[in-house]
Amino acid sequence: MSVKRLHVMFDDDDILLDAVKEIVKNKMYIYEVYTPFPVHGLDKAMKLNPTNISIATFIYGCIGFTVAVLMMYYIMIVDWPQDIGGKPSFTLIENIPSFVPIIFEMTVFFAAHLMVITFYMRSKLWPFKKAENPEPSTTDDKFLVDMESGSNLSKTKTMLKKMGAVSIKEVKE
Amino acid sequence: MTDYKFSKQIKRFSIILAIIGAIGIAFGFYNAPSNVEESKEIVAKMSHDGYGGDHSEGHADGYEGDSHGEAHNEGHGGGYGDDSHGASGHEYDHDKHVFHQLQNKPWAAIYVPALFFMMISLGVLAFYAIQRASQAGWSIVLYRLMEGVTGYLLPGSIFVIIILIFSALKFNHLFLWMDPEVVAHDEIIRNKVGYLNIPFFFARAIIYISGWVLYRNITRKLSLEQDNNNEISIHKKLFKFSAGFLVFFLISESMMSWDWIMSIDPHWFSTLFGWYVFAGMFVSGITTLAIITIYLKSQNYLSFVNDSHIHDLAKFMFGVSVFWAYLWFSQFMLIWYSNIPEEVTYFITRIEDYNFLFFGMVVLNLIFPLIVLMNSDFKKTNFIVILTGIVIIIGHYLDVYNMIMPSAVGDMWSFGPAEIGGFLFFLGIFIYVVFKEISNAPILAKGDPFVEESKTFQYYNLD
Repeated sequence: MSVKRLHVMFDDDDILLDAVKEIVKNKMYIYEVYTPFPVHGLDKAMKLNPTNISIATFIYGCIGFTVAVLMMYYIMIVDWPQDIGGKPSFTLIENIPSFVPIIFEMTVFFAAHLMVITFYMRSKLWPFKKAENPEPSTTDDKFLVDMESGSNLSKTKTMLKKMGAVSIKEVKE
Repeated sequence: MTDYKFSKQIKRFSIILAIIGAIGIAFGFYNAPSNVEESKEIVAKMSHDGYGGDHSEGHADGYEGDSHGEAHNEGHGGGYGDDSHGASGHEYDHDKHVFHQLQNKPWAAIYVPALFFMMISLGVLAFYAIQRASQAGWSIVLYRLMEGVTGYLLPGSIFVIIILIFSALKFNHLFLWMDPEVVAHDEIIRNKVGYLNIPFFFARAIIYISGWVLYRNITRKLSLEQDNNNEISIHKKLFKFSAGFLVFFLISESMMSWDWIMSIDPHWFSTLFGWYVFAGMFVSGITTLAIITIYLKSQNYLSFVNDSHIHDLAKFMFGVSVFWAYLWFSQFMLIWYSNIPEEVTYFITRIEDYNFLFFGMVVLNLIFPLIVLMNSDFKKTNFIVILTGIVIIIGHYLDVYNMIMPSAVGDMWSFGPAEIGGFLFFLGIFIYVVFKEISNAPILAKGDPFVEESKTFQYYNLD
C-alpha cells in the first residue's frame, strides 16, 4: 500500500493537540497544521525546533538603539546644536536624558518592524500572495492536519477516527 | 506537604541581625553631635579624611551656568527654611545648618529602612489584593506566604509612626514644616499649612494604617476560615473586599507617599510621586516574595510550587522593574528639562552630592534586572532569581535612601554604623515576624476554589 497524503479535520484544539501527539508518536510526518488561532503547546507536540525570532528581535533592538544614538549625536550635537531650555547641546552625555525617549522609540520601532518582516520572510508571505490554506474553514472554527498516512492507510484512518477526527480526506500530491 | 515550622536557625539569625542592628543604631545616636561645637569638630574631622575636599569641589564646579547659582541657593534655603540665609548671619547659619543635618542623620538612617520594610509589606499586600480581585488562578499556592509578609505591616507601620511622633516632638528636624519657627519665615510652607499640620498629618496616618491593617486582618481571617469551609460565599467576600481595598489603597498609598516622603522636602512636589513610590514598593514586595518562595521551596515545604510559579514571579520582577524605571525617568526628565528652580533643586542636590548612588541605583534597579531576567530560561533558575532579587532589594533600599537622605542630611551622608545597623535591625525584625506569621497557618490555602488550578499551573512555554 502506498503512502498517501491526508487532510484530517478536527473541531477542538484539545482533541487536536492529543491527536498530534499520537501522530508524532506513530512516526507519521506532519507537513503543517492549520488552526484558526495559536494553539499553545502545538509546536512542542509537533517537535518543532524552538523559534529563534526572539534572539533576532533582540539583535534588531540593539541595532535600533545604536542607530538612534548615532542619529541623535549627528543631528543634535555635530550638525546643528541648539540651545533648548537653557540646555546647550555640546556633548551627547549631558543631553542624553532628552534623547532617551527617541532612543527608546527607535529601539522599539526597529525591533518590532524588523521582527515582523523577518517573520513574513521566514513564513514565505508577501503581498498579493495566494493563500496556501487548503480548507477555508480553518480560519473559522476547524483545525486541519496535513500529514502523511504511513504504510497502513486503513489502520491510520481508524486511529484518527478514534482520536476524534471529524473528516479524513485523501489528497493528491 | 508539611506545614512550616518556625526554624531555630531563622529565629537565631533574625535576632542576631536585630541585635547587631540595634548596636549600630545606638552607636549612630551616640556619635551624633549634641551642640554646634561638636558638629564643627565632626565636619573638621571629615575634611581631614578628604571628604570635605570632595564636597567643596562639587560646589565649586559650575554645573549649568546661570541657573545653577540661583537654583542651588534656593535648594539650601529650601532645605533650611530660613529667609536670612545668605545674608549677614551666613557663617553661623551654615554651622547650625550642618549641626541640624548631623543631628538628623541617625534618625534618617533608621527612618529609611523602617519605611522600606514597611513598604515591602504594603507592596505585597497590594499584590495580594490584585490576585484576589482578579481571581488569579496561578498564585493560590503563594497566598499563605503573601499573608505572612503582610503580617509585618502592623509592626512596620508602628515603627514608622513612632519615628514620626519623635519628629513631631522635635527630637529631630526631618520634617521642617513641623517647626512653627520655620513655617513663620517660609511663605511656601505657610501656604500649605492647611494640609501640612501635625494633627491632620497623624489623623491621616492613622486612617491609612487602620485601613490597610483592617483589610489585611479581614482577608487573613476569611482565608483561614476557607480552609475548613468550602462555601463559595467566602470567596466572593474576599473578592469584594479586595476590589474595594484596591481603590482605598491607591488613594491612601499616594497620600502616604506625599506625607511621609515628599513632605521632607516641603517646597518640592512631583505629581507622579505616588506612582513612583508605588512601583518601588511593588517590585520590592514581589522580589521579597520570590526570595521567600525559593527559600521555603529549598527547605522542602513547598512541593506544590513549580518552575512556572517562579517564572511568573520573575516576570513580575522584570516587568515592574521596567515600570519603575519608566516612572523614575518620567519624573526626572520633565523636571530636568523644564529646569524650574524650585523643582530642579531636588535633582541638583542628588546629582551633585549623591551622584554615584543616584545613578548607581538606576543600574541596579533597571539595567541589571533588564539584562539578566530577559532570558526566559533564567527566570526559572532559582539561583539567578535570588541573585537578581538581592540586587533589586539593595537597589530599592538605595532608592528610598535617595528619597529621604538628601533632604534630611544634605551632603553629610555616609554609610556608617547607623545606616547599616538600621537596615540590619529592621531586616531582623522583618524576617522574624514574617516567618513566625507563615508558621502560624497551614502552608497551603487549600480551601480556595482555584487551588487545583494553581497546583497544576503550567506555563506552556516551559518544559
